[in-house]
Amino acid sequence: MRASRNGNIWTNLDWQTIGLFLILVVFGWLNIYGASYTPDQTSIFDFSNRAGKQFAWIIGSVVLGVVLLLIDYKTYDTLAYIAYGLMLLLLLATPFLAHNVKGSYSWISLGPVSLQPAEFAKCVVALTIAKYMGQYDYRMRSWRDLIVPFLIIGIPALVIMVLQRETGSALVFAAFLLVFYRQGMSGYVLWVGLAAVALFVTSIRWGGTPLPFGTGSVGILSCMLLLTAIEIYFICKEHYVRFQVLILISSVLGVYSICMLLNIVWSMPFNWISIGVVIALAVYALIVSAYWRKYQLIIVALFCLLCIGYTQACDFVFQKVLQPHQRIRIEVLLGMKEDPAGAGYNVNQARIAIGSGRFLGKGYLRGTQTKLQFVPEQDTDFIFCTVGEEWGFLGSVAVLLVYLYFILRLITIAERQRSVFNRIYAYAVAGIFLFHLTINVGMVLGLMPVIGIPLPFFSYGGSSLWGFTLLLFILLRLDAARTEQLN
Amino acid sequence: MINDQYYRRRFVISGIAVVVVLVYITRLFYLQIIDQSTKDQADNNALVRQTIYPSRGLIYDRNGELLVFNQPIYEVTVVMREMDQNWDTARFCNCLNITREEFNQRISEIKDKRKNRGYSRWTPQVFISQLKKEDIATLQESLFSFPGVQIRKRTLRDYTYKAAAHVLGSVGEVNQNDIDRDSYYTRGDYSGRDGLERTYELQLRGKKGVEVLMRDSKGRIQGSYHDGELDLPAQAGTDLQTTLDIRLQLLAEELLSGKIGSVVAIEPKTGEILALASSPTWDPQQLVGKARSTNYTMLQQDETKPLYNRATQATYPPGSTFKTIQALVCLQQKAITPNTLYPCSGPESKPIKCTHHHGSPVALDKAIEQSCNPYFWCAFRDLMQKDGYGTDNEPFKKRYDLWRDAVMAFGLGQRFTDTDLSEQSTGTIPSTQFFNRIYGERGWKAITVRSLSIGQGEILVTPLQLANQAAAIANEGYFITPHLNRNDSMLLHRHTLDINPQHFAVVKEGMHRVMQYGTGRWYQIDSIATAGKTGTAQNPHGKDHAIFIGFAPVNNPQIAVAVVVENAGFGATWACPVASLMFEQYLTGDIKRTGLKKKISDSVLNESVKKW
Repeated sequence: MRASRNGNIWTNLDWQTIGLFLILVVFGWLNIYGASYTPDQTSIFDFSNRAGKQFAWIIGSVVLGVVLLLIDYKTYDTLAYIAYGLMLLLLLATPFLAHNVKGSYSWISLGPVSLQPAEFAKCVVALTIAKYMGQYDYRMRSWRDLIVPFLIIGIPALVIMVLQRETGSALVFAAFLLVFYRQGMSGYVLWVGLAAVALFVTSIRWGGTPLPFGTGSVGILSCMLLLTAIEIYFICKEHYVRFQVLILISSVLGVYSICMLLNIVWSMPFNWISIGVVIALAVYALIVSAYWRKYQLIIVALFCLLCIGYTQACDFVFQKVLQPHQRIRIEVLLGMKEDPAGAGYNVNQARIAIGSGRFLGKGYLRGTQTKLQFVPEQDTDFIFCTVGEEWGFLGSVAVLLVYLYFILRLITIAERQRSVFNRIYAYAVAGIFLFHLTINVGMVLGLMPVIGIPLPFFSYGGSSLWGFTLLLFILLRLDAARTEQLN
Repeated sequence: MINDQYYRRRFVISGIAVVVVLVYITRLFYLQIIDQSTKDQADNNALVRQTIYPSRGLIYDRNGELLVFNQPIYEVTVVMREMDQNWDTARFCNCLNITREEFNQRISEIKDKRKNRGYSRWTPQVFISQLKKEDIATLQESLFSFPGVQIRKRTLRDYTYKAAAHVLGSVGEVNQNDIDRDSYYTRGDYSGRDGLERTYELQLRGKKGVEVLMRDSKGRIQGSYHDGELDLPAQAGTDLQTTLDIRLQLLAEELLSGKIGSVVAIEPKTGEILALASSPTWDPQQLVGKARSTNYTMLQQDETKPLYNRATQATYPPGSTFKTIQALVCLQQKAITPNTLYPCSGPESKPIKCTHHHGSPVALDKAIEQSCNPYFWCAFRDLMQKDGYGTDNEPFKKRYDLWRDAVMAFGLGQRFTDTDLSEQSTGTIPSTQFFNRIYGERGWKAITVRSLSIGQGEILVTPLQLANQAAAIANEGYFITPHLNRNDSMLLHRHTLDINPQHFAVVKEGMHRVMQYGTGRWYQIDSIATAGKTGTAQNPHGKDHAIFIGFAPVNNPQIAVAVVVENAGFGATWACPVASLMFEQYLTGDIKRTGLKKKISDSVLNESVKKW
């Protein structure tokens, strides 16, 4: 295909995305003003308050965006590895240069402003991954081909998590799993990840508590059986095998229910019965696999056994490995502990703030909960509360839909790229935005544990705003030049 | 576009994004539309309702003189968090005139969450309350050097005169009972505890206002909510004009000083109470503010029982003053005529001796003038025996019931229910059932209850009832329920007696003669024709009580008075001069007999009566 050589990026630029970017940034800025609003508040441009500062950051980010668009698109590809090296050095140096900010060592002071290098690491890692996996001769054939990509994301993540104690920023690198998936990594990995989370939640929620009539074990067992059923569906393509195993699972559930009824008469150690049932299932799968020579069923059997081991391991990790404050956060999230003044305070106050907004909201600058500082971190991580309280259900849904449209737009952009480098980078950007949105809003809504990561373009903060600007405008630059590139 | 085998995975990834957003929208729908609990929680979080106290209604006397008003008092509040190291505690203590120990104790009380439930380091806490303007003057000047200290204003009652404590009553903090009964009150509110303050509480208290303020998560006030659109201004209480004449009231209390007793003065035409004094009394100022509880305890424990309103609560046998009623009832029920004569043998009379010396036989006017006991016994006996005793005593008892009803029609032996006087005793006019219980159905005759004929024995009345009785006689046949609120609507509470108006002439003439020639002759007033009747109530516990009822001027009565001085002996000696001075004061506006006034008010009949 003939590429346009005139290099006029303004005509090729995806203005729709820029429009979405501006909508989000400006609306976020208004809400930062609302979150810190007091009756004697000065103007939104006053540099002494956060809204004023954010305005300065926004101007900076627009300038940054323009600069990024003016740079030659090849530069990003060329400099990726060097940038990665420098970034790694910076990340390593950060803990030694940084002060302790709420227990993390991730902020470097540069005169009046502080920067968080981790926010910029995302972009560099995305470029590096794109460059590595976009190589002409790179093929994802086996798990060995994923070693290097995992190292590329793993090393900075580890540095950020261990040295800088910034768990949230480190977890963001999990977003790259979506990129790997798109590039051909087995969906089984995502599935196992999901299963692990589900089992973790059920075993923590119900594992430690010997509830009456063994309901706790029923929860875990049902979860395991459900996961096994899906597993079989994945592994075995033959209908008769699927049918056979499904009958088995339902009969196990039936027997188990009878045991539960009997338990009303005399008590039984149901945890062990649950484990026994799953082991029996594994043994049965092995026998069947030998009989029908369906060796895939061995994986099913292994899965069953691993599930048992895993639930036990979860308990251990939860009780012994996690820090007390992390444990409490999870317990509060799962509704095991009511702690409205302590660990649950943020989440509870966020719930009150959002809930009190009702359908239409209290109106801009009329929210009582956020501006009176009942919600901590209301202009950074909990900014979505202000939206919920002042703009109500309508406003919140509108914001979520704008984000959804934005992310889907990024995926569309990704899919129209002609170079693998571009597409991988675009998916990395989409994945990072999706991850931030999911974790941040989920946390505010009480559906995710409290992990301190910002809501892109909304949360107050120069580093995160510039970090996201960097991610987005490099993508836009690459996209604008997509026709110049040959596959 | 580059084709690859994993092209379809874009839909999985897009699907994940869509699912996440849908889940969150569902959650938002639950939180913002379905779950109703958060609205109230948010309001509890952020809104503070601060009460604005209305100023209580003022109380005036009948001539528009201010009796009760409001004085500002101050409370000093501190915000604990703002007491930093620069805080000069010693100076602060100096300003408020307290010791360091008191300061420390108060601070620890404030911090004690069990005693002070609403404690927050960020909000003003009451450090000392009920301070006078003088007490905070020093602090006010140097307030700027104590960050976090505020001076807040509230109001307490103040009094122009040290008088009428029983009538006016007092204001005090509400108790749990009041709060349960009336949702208007909250802890720490004030309400009228007794007297007029209690009776007219609803009128005087006004209506509390509210100011809705926003507070932040630390409890700091952040200003008014939505520019005060939910605020409600306080409505001041309505003023009250009483029927009291403060000059008369002051005179009554002065005359009673050093004595135990009471004075009630009523304007007969209207039933308005001109003065209502009970001695011993106290300075109403004593039951205001900080000193209230200690002074109240002191008054409660005083052996002379000052808190007891003798004018409305104490009951006495009316003694000879009752002869006026006796005369009217006997005339009406046709036992006697003004010309009926009964013999009197002076101290030798049987069954009741006469305490005075006068000619015999006597007619009614002379009998009243000389307070002749035998006359009234004979009249009562003839009334009771008018239909004989029959075989079963029933005709007599029927007569007795008729007599009792006629007596009670004067307001004696019963409470005034249609009035604003809060504390009243009933008194007793004994019933047939009462005597039946003691003597049996047939066991009592006129002779058995002969003491009643001269107002002694089982008959008990309050000074208020006596004054009302005097007013009824002055009005010749009706009375208006005595009351304290100067409000013409009370004229509707007119009680007409079933006694022919012509019968009053002779009784009034008798009472006038009492003041001219009888027991009251020493206390005539030159310019005014007065009427009265003295009485001496037998008292099993000590010296007799002196009683007097009367009204003046005779032809157009403006004032009716009842006076009781406990343990003072003859009514003529102690009660009559008090009433006479009351007449003079009310009718001439001045006292010319200053010597008499001084003599009466300086006489101390009971050493235990404290002068406040």
